[in-house]
Amino acid sequence: MADVGYIKDSLKQLFGFKVARPTKEQQSLALKAIYAKKKGHLSKAEMDAVRREHKGTFLNKWQKRRWLSLIFVNLLFVISYYFDVQLVEGSLTGARVIGFHMADLNSALQIALAYKHIVLNLVIGMLSVFVLWMLLGGRTFCAWVCPYHLLSEWSEYLHLWLAKMNLVKDHSFNRKVRGVFYVAFALLALLTGYTVFDSISPTGILSRALIYGPGIALLWVGLLLLFEIFYSRRAWCRYVCPIGMTYGMVGVFSPVRIKYNAEACHHEGDCRKVCLVPHVLDLTIRGGALDVNQDVASDCTRCGMCVDVCPTDSLTYEIKGLSKMLK
Amino acid sequence: MAYPMNDDKPSDKRVKKQLTPKRREQSRREFMRTSLLTVGVLGVSLLGYIPILQGSSMRLRPPGAVKQPNDEQAFFSSCIKCGQCVQVCPVEAIKLADMPDGFGIGIPFINARQQACDFSCDGLQCVLACPTGALTHSLDYPADTRMGFARLAHPKTCLAVQGKGFKGPARGADFTGLLRYAEVDRWKPIPVANHPYDLALCNLCVRQCPIEIRIAQCAAMPEEDQQQVARVAQQVGNECPPKHAISMETVDYADGIRRMKPVVQDGCVGCGVCEMICPVEQAAIVVDLDKNADTLGG
Repeated sequence: MADVGYIKDSLKQLFGFKVARPTKEQQSLALKAIYAKKKGHLSKAEMDAVRREHKGTFLNKWQKRRWLSLIFVNLLFVISYYFDVQLVEGSLTGARVIGFHMADLNSALQIALAYKHIVLNLVIGMLSVFVLWMLLGGRTFCAWVCPYHLLSEWSEYLHLWLAKMNLVKDHSFNRKVRGVFYVAFALLALLTGYTVFDSISPTGILSRALIYGPGIALLWVGLLLLFEIFYSRRAWCRYVCPIGMTYGMVGVFSPVRIKYNAEACHHEGDCRKVCLVPHVLDLTIRGGALDVNQDVASDCTRCGMCVDVCPTDSLTYEIKGLSKMLK
Repeated sequence: MAYPMNDDKPSDKRVKKQLTPKRREQSRREFMRTSLLTVGVLGVSLLGYIPILQGSSMRLRPPGAVKQPNDEQAFFSSCIKCGQCVQVCPVEAIKLADMPDGFGIGIPFINARQQACDFSCDGLQCVLACPTGALTHSLDYPADTRMGFARLAHPKTCLAVQGKGFKGPARGADFTGLLRYAEVDRWKPIPVANHPYDLALCNLCVRQCPIEIRIAQCAAMPEEDQQQVARVAQQVGNECPPKHAISMETVDYADGIRRMKPVVQDGCVGCGVCEMICPVEQAAIVVDLDKNADTLGG
């Protein structure tokens, strides 16, 4: 389903390494012809005209659908609990959906390393979740289900607004630190015998708070959000969260992807400005792609912000194997 | 490196990172920040050890919890903090712990004084609901559980020891705890506040002990069913609790007052109903966590 290059690029990006810019030899002739046609780049005025002509106002189509999905899934848990409807029981870390066991992969991994024993129901839960997110896109979980992601996104708007007024600055971290955290949390579980990461995971804390009631743990989540507003944009999701890493690796095999088409692209980078993981969109830089059509690698959360914002519709959802394209 | 926000100059991207003094400084700063972030986040995550070492995270756990008295590490590490056990308990005895419990956050516990586990689910539903085996399926009946062990902590305040009776709702009219009274409703637990007592000599802990109630039910079964019970008990080993959990024994202070006191027996599972139902302001009988029926000998 995925070719070796795609898998390699995905894993490299997940662990914080830059994918090397393709050499002229690696690029397809068709792509090189397209790049050659676009020798100069558009001025700011021309670019603004393109944006106005093609999109008019900012569409937010996929963003609306995504927020609805996120709120719906979490609400389903809350309603199931309060009205004792046995549709969806538990929380995001472990649930039964109409009786089917589902276990968050990262939580299950923490248990496997700390408790060093996995019962059958947990194996079933892991398999269900693995298959589900392998089909839907791995980090699709992040953008379409994770409650922290939504709060973090709202905080991001706040951060950008403050940054426009020069009140805050975005401080980046080295992206390789996410791989370091991944290994560190795994080792901590193994060596201490406690699920260390799960005790600070904002995903679990928020999911439980929504269902079972608020607690002091929300102060920790608040602290993370303040950090993201005033110091480093989307820091937790970008530089720390091992849940995203786990699902990112699962998504390497997924047929659901964002596809980039270089023909009409102006390489102005509007997509990279809104992306949670802009390194996956390096291929939209002029000279950065391998072929006219190329899939965005698997650190992508399939959030569709780039699809919404692109003034030339060069980024679209696709399900590999289905010839029709989703718009 | 900070991701370029402005792409008006795509040519910058083509040039490999030049080690200008400014770049080197930025790179160094980023490295420092990243190191601090790593130490910071991992440090915060390890703060979870503190309540464990202090012992303040130790609590009464749902039946079947894979814990030893004084060591909850196995339970903490196997629990996926999903809360399915919370949802399934008919008296809502189970709650999930908060951040002050450190590594115990999100892990189910019971506050017996507020709401004890009375086994009114009739089948250890929490155990059945648990997807990871943190509440182990290796037990079948309430008498198998080892949640803790009761103890008459304040005998002087015990009403029975004082020779006193009890009249009215066991914990007052405002108490929100639930208990299943089989003679009132076989299936549904009712508020303790709706079930007042009128006793000449208080024996609430013994009277409401779920293990004692089950033993009495087994004893009351007609002859034919007794044989059935024996067969089932033989096959499964423990449908009827094999040992008594608590009984009243006479206390003689040689002052003519008829006194009794509850004595906890080997079959106590530590469910906490006695602690919940004790009418005294500070419960005279409590559940200890540092021992259970299996560790009594030491």
